[in-house]
Amino acid sequence: MKQFLVFIRKEFFHVFRDRRTLLIMFGLPVAQIVLFGFALTSEVKDITLTVIDQSGDVNTQQLIRKIKSSSYFIVNETSVDYNEIEDAFKKGTAKSALIFPPNFGNDLQHGGKAQLQLLTDGSDPNTAKTVINYITAITTAYQQQISPGPRLPYTIVTESRMLYNEEGNGSLNFIPGVMALVLMIVCTALTSVSVVREKELGTMEILLVSPFKPLLVLIAKAIPYLILSLANFILILVLAVFVLDVGIKGSIVLLFLESMLFIITCLSLGLMISNTTNSQQTALLLSMMGMMIPTMIFTGFMFPLENMPKPFQIISNVIPSRWYFLIVKSVMLKGLGFSYIWKETLVLLGMTTVALTIALKNFKTRLS
Amino acid sequence: MSAVTLDHITKTYDKGKVLAVDDVSLQVAEGELFGLIGPDGAGKTSIFRILTTLLLADKGSAAVQGYDCVKDYREIRSRIGYMPGRFSLYQDLTVKENLDFFATLFGSTIESNYDLIKDIYDQIKPFNDRRAGKLSGGMKQKLALCCALIHKPEVLFLDEPTTGVDVVSRKEFWDMLKKLKTQGITIVVSTPYMDEAMLCERIALIQNGKIMSVDTPEKIIAAYPVKLYAIKADNIYRLLTDLRSMPEVDTSFAFGEYIHLTLKNERADTTALQQAIEQRGHTHVTIKVIQPGIEDSFIRFMNQDSK
Repeated sequence: MKQFLVFIRKEFFHVFRDRRTLLIMFGLPVAQIVLFGFALTSEVKDITLTVIDQSGDVNTQQLIRKIKSSSYFIVNETSVDYNEIEDAFKKGTAKSALIFPPNFGNDLQHGGKAQLQLLTDGSDPNTAKTVINYITAITTAYQQQISPGPRLPYTIVTESRMLYNEEGNGSLNFIPGVMALVLMIVCTALTSVSVVREKELGTMEILLVSPFKPLLVLIAKAIPYLILSLANFILILVLAVFVLDVGIKGSIVLLFLESMLFIITCLSLGLMISNTTNSQQTALLLSMMGMMIPTMIFTGFMFPLENMPKPFQIISNVIPSRWYFLIVKSVMLKGLGFSYIWKETLVLLGMTTVALTIALKNFKTRLS
Repeated sequence: MSAVTLDHITKTYDKGKVLAVDDVSLQVAEGELFGLIGPDGAGKTSIFRILTTLLLADKGSAAVQGYDCVKDYREIRSRIGYMPGRFSLYQDLTVKENLDFFATLFGSTIESNYDLIKDIYDQIKPFNDRRAGKLSGGMKQKLALCCALIHKPEVLFLDEPTTGVDVVSRKEFWDMLKKLKTQGITIVVSTPYMDEAMLCERIALIQNGKIMSVDTPEKIIAAYPVKLYAIKADNIYRLLTDLRSMPEVDTSFAFGEYIHLTLKNERADTTALQQAIEQRGHTHVTIKVIQPGIEDSFIRFMNQDSK
């Protein structure tokens, strides 16, 4: 037992004395959270909208004021000529433009019907669609406001609510994703590298020629990373709650236990990789390429799995982070209990058992 | 009982393509300081790894302290100390931490076997808090030896412990091995340096995976069958090519500033030889009869093998 503790202490020395490991361990989650939280946001805000008002009447002014007062647009009212607008799009100085034709107010007041033109840059379909939705919503609201007298006999009003995320906080979706990604990288890559490093440096030779049981070597290697990964998990949670305003709706204990299970899954994968490779580079490459990219693609936090072709959906089933992602979403964001996630938990348990069995079976008590 | 036994051990790599150890049989007595002498790639490390239970032999059996290297590997692992050829301690741990770690790993403490490593450890103690990776080559070897000794092994395996170490440290290292021997530890050491062979009690000369001779260094030298001459002249390179073309010369090798030479005819006269050489335009020719060394024996065995 004493041997075991000394071994674990030694592993901690390795981690704390290697700046690169420390950086990957604690720099990565912070960088990911900041990047996803602030830089890589898919929310559309502060779009520059070029407005060409050829009418300049009360109605256009009111409408423009309404658009200005929403937080989505920065209105650019420079007097661009209607014929120059295409050039502006080509040059990229305009991304979206709203054009009021002459006599807009007049048509509206007397004809009861007026037209306005909305141009958007379709090469960025996501923003373009958002702009159309926003402007349509604003004009519809304005139209209702100025419509005089009796309402239409039949009106359907859509009252929408975004469940679990009323304010539309974009951080909600990626926090579970980042958690899955970071834990995956830290656990898998660092564990596999730490075992292979012993092989590469030749210290494995001495470890094997010692009375210390080879299997205990593996377990002693994994435990420090388990502890550090749990610390990492807490760091991500703290960042999520205090920096990005993502609340934890469900049970923290359940979330913690499920994360621990996922970490053990990743550690088992790391040990599995380390047993089949002999150089740190191969181990790193395998765990990065083999784990990180599938995790990004098949977890579902970047690209919705439902939209993928069937074969890819099937592949996604073998990616552990996919299941962990579902668990975190259910517990953390929706506040669901264990009865809703037992299936996912079972899948992770199964994966861990398989990976650990392979890792232990393949561990060599001799060289080569 | 022998401390180490190798019985017709054969080991190949790459599915039999590379023959590393070829039918080797050896015995090392208890308490002996035994040397495996051979050039790089002779198969020394493979033999060590088979004995330290790190590799499985293709054929034959091996035993350490009476325990079989395959069946009883766990027994062997708790009884031996092993120092691999490459410096294999944790570079990012300090001297003290390394020693502590290996002591505990082998179920011992620094204090309990302190007297065993004291002489060696005293020399590196001033660097207790320095990381092992920042030590000089000689000090690394001393630390590695300390780590291999800390659990008081019955048999100590040292794979090329002095390779890459300066001459002074090498000498110190061998002095330490002699002291350890007095503690009753069996020591098996390998080295590519022929001069170190003389410091062992018994040696095995090994080449291309084959044992050429096993005996005490003195007996191996005494068994040198012919007279050995050392020749020197002003143009040593031309002398060597000339000698190799002379019919009466059996073997000739450059050896420092001399050429070591054997003749086909045992009773040949050195003055006749000297004249023959001087006739070819060599100046300042000196010829003398010398005592062969281990290296001469080694080369002779090697040539016999290749013939």
